[in-house]
This record gives sequence, structure tokens and C-alpha cells, in this order.
Amino acid sequence: MLTFTLRRLLLAIPTLLFISLVIFLLVDLAPGSPMSEIPLTVPPEVRQKMIEAMGADQPVLVRYLLWLRQFFWVEPATLIDGWFGTSLAGGEQRILSWQTRSPVFTMIGQRIPQTLTVVGTAYLLGVLIALPIGIYSAYRQYSWFDQAGTLFAMIGFSVPTFFTGTLLIIIFAVWLPWFPTKYDTNLTVTDWQSFVQQVRQMALPVLTLALANAAAISRYMRSSMLDNMGQDYVRTARAKGMSERTVVLKHVLRNSLIPVVTVIALGVPAIFGGAIITENLFGVNGIGAALILAIHASDLPTVQTLAFIFAVLIVLFNLIADILYGLLDPRIRYD
Amino acid sequence: MTDAAPAPRPRSQGRAIWDQFRTHKGALFGLIVLCLLVLFVVIGPLVWQPEKLRVAEALKVRNLGPSWRFPLGTDQLGRDMLYRMMQAGKVSLAVGFIAMMIAIFVGTTIGVLAGYFRRLDGPLMRLTDMFLALPLVPLLLVMVMLFRDRIAGSLGPETGAFVLIVFAIGITSWMQAARIVRGEVLALREREYVLAARSIGAAPRRIIFRHILPNVISPVMVAATLGVAEAIITESVLSFLGLGFPPDFPTWGRLLYDGLQYMQLYPERVLWPGLAISLTVLAVNYIGDGLRDALDPRIRGR
Repeated sequence: MLTFTLRRLLLAIPTLLFISLVIFLLVDLAPGSPMSEIPLTVPPEVRQKMIEAMGADQPVLVRYLLWLRQFFWVEPATLIDGWFGTSLAGGEQRILSWQTRSPVFTMIGQRIPQTLTVVGTAYLLGVLIALPIGIYSAYRQYSWFDQAGTLFAMIGFSVPTFFTGTLLIIIFAVWLPWFPTKYDTNLTVTDWQSFVQQVRQMALPVLTLALANAAAISRYMRSSMLDNMGQDYVRTARAKGMSERTVVLKHVLRNSLIPVVTVIALGVPAIFGGAIITENLFGVNGIGAALILAIHASDLPTVQTLAFIFAVLIVLFNLIADILYGLLDPRIRYD
Repeated sequence: MTDAAPAPRPRSQGRAIWDQFRTHKGALFGLIVLCLLVLFVVIGPLVWQPEKLRVAEALKVRNLGPSWRFPLGTDQLGRDMLYRMMQAGKVSLAVGFIAMMIAIFVGTTIGVLAGYFRRLDGPLMRLTDMFLALPLVPLLLVMVMLFRDRIAGSLGPETGAFVLIVFAIGITSWMQAARIVRGEVLALREREYVLAARSIGAAPRRIIFRHILPNVISPVMVAATLGVAEAIITESVLSFLGLGFPPDFPTWGRLLYDGLQYMQLYPERVLWPGLAISLTVLAVNYIGDGLRDALDPRIRGR
């Protein structure tokens, strides 16, 4: 198991390097770079100064290596410095946003709690909705509940989140003024009243994301339960006279959860991607909204860094899913 | 129940597939809905010609509700919403189908090469894995943002946006098809008939086109159907985030995005395009589901 983990970790390095190169080159070699957006009225020597100040006159390879060094060495070092008061980074230049001239990671650090609160709650809620639906659908296969669950999953797959989100806004914020349409980022929870307000403003974005996730996960749960229901050990357990409850909720459920747990882990990066839409729709000031903002402002360092963080999430959770599968299922041996 | 037919003549394969497909209620529903939507966007503009309004006249008919003159009302510039829905649907469906074709072409090529030639398997599958690890939505957004103006300059804003988005979606969604095809080809190339073909000296090219490709058609068709749904959703996401098609050459996603500002006053302007996208994707998904059952000879009742 340990060798497998180490091997996978080593394999992740070239993957991440490839992805970072693709992102960097795509953004860098594109014709619509901000160099071309400096107004023509700016005198040539000032233009030259601006380009030099942004570091854009260096060759591509130099800038790529510099960016890698900043991402993998300067930024973590600065983070450790901030925690322990050391001076590992030694005042080296960090990745700066072209919009605000401040470090990109500071901005990400400010925004990530918003994303995590909304996305995390949504995913948790989605899983909590999906598991019971999946279990009961499989236990009563082809019942009306199962049919309804299938329809729910099909609709959940097909209706894009931006449309569920708008529908929820129209119904629950415009027609029935129960929830606010926009998310107030400045709200801090101090007492009961602000807590209620926070819950109310989180309700719609969380529900939007949760429904989309619940659809997919409930299908996996159902098919995994169905695979296990027909196994011999289930018949044995029933023959021993165990209650139906113990058979289904202990014996079958535990074995069925193994593949579902990996699916849940694999879904985490996707929900961050989906959060880009939800954050923009509801005005949640998270990293997805930051990405769109940076794209519209042609802020290349921020775009590169955020896109690469999304890629790191994908690789990381793929790895976590594989390791979890090996840990949970003793039949899987990677070595 | 189809077996009960007393006809001694064996049924053709297409007939058998159709009979199985018909038993899937959802798939039949999907097919009917999709046909209606295609008719709506293709025949619709021929039947429904909106009156040509001058600017001064159009200003008077802004933001109207549904009426006989404008069945879906008008938008903030006095344009007929029904006609815009038809135009937008044409583009949305075209993007879905063409992007799917690009993805399936690339995916099948890579899958066949990786499955048939052992030397290529490792590198090509590594490449597929790396593409799977790319964050697609951010990447697509970046591609559209960076290349939009350049391509619009050389091809014109409408063709430019179309080519760019179709191409971008196509080359970022071939990975599933490649994996499915590779798996099938790996199993097929060990079969006796492939060995027989090789033993009489058939070239790899001939074996692939004559013996392997016809046998991977069914999974590819299912993947293609689901790919259309995926492509339509991806395009509408781009348009929804304001990085898709220009407003005078809209898709359903773009109409929804434009309607968002007026959502509180005129919610139907968001509802119609949203419903159209959802219905299309639902129909296509159901067709894919039915096709999977119909094309699988183990399920198909003989």
C-alpha cells in the first residue's frame, strides 16, 4: 500500500507538470494577451516599461520556470513563514495579480472560506440526500419509489445547474420572498440572528449544488446495492434468521459503500468546477467568481494559478479515491 | 413479446434494434421530443416569419407579454422571442452535434490506435489520463477569452465564435470515447476472426476498418448520444458565463444569460431557453439509455 501510494505520488508529478505547461502555454501564447490591450496612445517607451514591469519581455521558458518556482517554492515558503514566523521565502517575489498588484494567494486565501462553506455544505447535503434514496431504491427495485428516484436522477443529470439555480431564485426569492437572491459575503456570524441570516442566504446555492450531486450519487449507490443484494453472503445472513434491517443496513450497506466512497471522492473536484457557475449566479465571492473576474480583466497570473489549483484538486482527489479503495476493500491489492 | 411473431423469416438487425428500442418508454419519449425540437428549429423559421420592424416601431413593442402577434412576447429591444428561440435552438443543436462529431472522431482514432497497436497504448493512454486531469470549465473559459477576438477578426464574429467553441468543446471531450473504444478493441483483437484475417495477410488498416470498427459501433453510438447532451450543456455554460456566443447570434444559453437581468420582471425570458436546454438534454439522455439497451445483443430479446 505504501509503495503504491509513493508510486502514484511520483506519477502525479509529471502529470501536474504537463498540465501546468499546457495551462501556461495556452494562456501565454494566446493572441489576446493584455500586451495588445495597452492603448495605442501610450508612448512606446512607457509601453516598454509597462511590459518590463509585468515581466512579460522574458522568454517563455524563463517565465514558465519562474512561475513554477514561485508556485512550488516561494508560495509554500511564505505560507510557512506566516505560520511559524520563519523567513524561508527571504522576501522573494510572489505571484502577483495584474489587477490588484497584490499576491494571488492572499486573494485566494481570503476567498476560499466562502467557496468551502457553500460547496462543502452542498456536497455533504447532496450525499445525505443521495444515500437513503439509493439504498431504498435498490431494496425495493422497480417500485414506484425506485421509478421516482430514476426520474429524479435523470432530471438531475439533464437540467444544468445554472437553470436549477435560476428556477430556485424565481420561485423562492422572487415569487415567494423567503430567501435573498444574492449572497452577502460581508455577513459574519456573531449571534443567533446573523446565523439564521447566513443559513437563509446559503439555502439556495447549497440546494442547487446539492440536487445536482445527489442525482449522480444516488444512482451509484443504487447500482452498488443491487450488485451486493444478489450475493451469497446475503442469502446466508437471511438464512441465519437475521432481521432484514441488519442484513440490509449492516451487511449489504457496508460492502456497497466501498465503490460509492471512491465516487464521492472523485466528485469533489467536479463540484469545485460546478461552483464557478453557482458562485456567479448567486454572487458568492469565492474562487470561482474570482476566476471569472480575472478572465474578464485579462489577469493572466490569477487565471493561470486558479486553473492550476483546479487541476491539482483533480489529481489529488483521483489519488485519494484510489488509496481509499485499497484501504476499504481488502480484496484490492495494489502491490 | 416481439418473439411471438409467427413470421419464420429472420428479422434484420436494424429491425431488431428498433423493436427493442421501442419497448423503452423513456427512449421513445426522448426521440419524439428531440424530433419535435429539431422540427421547431429547422421548419419553424420557415413557417414563422416575424414582421420586419423599423427601430422606431421596435421601440414601441419592447418587453411585451405573449400575444397573437408575438406568441412568446418580445425582449428588451423589441425582438420577437419565438423567432429568437428558433434561431438560438438551431445554433445550440448544431454546436452539440458538431462538437460531438469532433470528439467522437478524435476519441475513436486514439482508442483504436491505443487498443490495436501495443506500442502506442502506453503513451496514448497517458495522454488521455492527462487530458482527464485538465480542469475543463476554467480551461474552456480561458480558451474562449484569449482566442475569441483573433478568430472573430479572421472569420467574422459569428462563424468565429461558432468554430472556436465547437472546436474547443470537441478537443476537450474525446477522452471517454477513447477509453471505451480502447477497451473494446483490446478484447476484439484477440478474437479468432481477427487472427484469421491476420493469418491470410490482411494489413492492419484493413483489419481495423473491416473487422474492428464495425464491432465498436454500438458503444461509440451510445457515447456519441451522451456526448451531444454534454456538448450542449458545456456550450450553454460558456454562454451563461458571458463567454459564449455574441448576443445577435444567440444560443439558448445566451438567451438565458440575457434574460437573467430581467429575471425579476419577466421570468419567462429565462424559463423558455432553460426549459429548451433541459428538455433537449433530457431527451438525448433518454435516447442514449434506450440505445444502450437496444444495441446490446445480450439484452435484446431474440
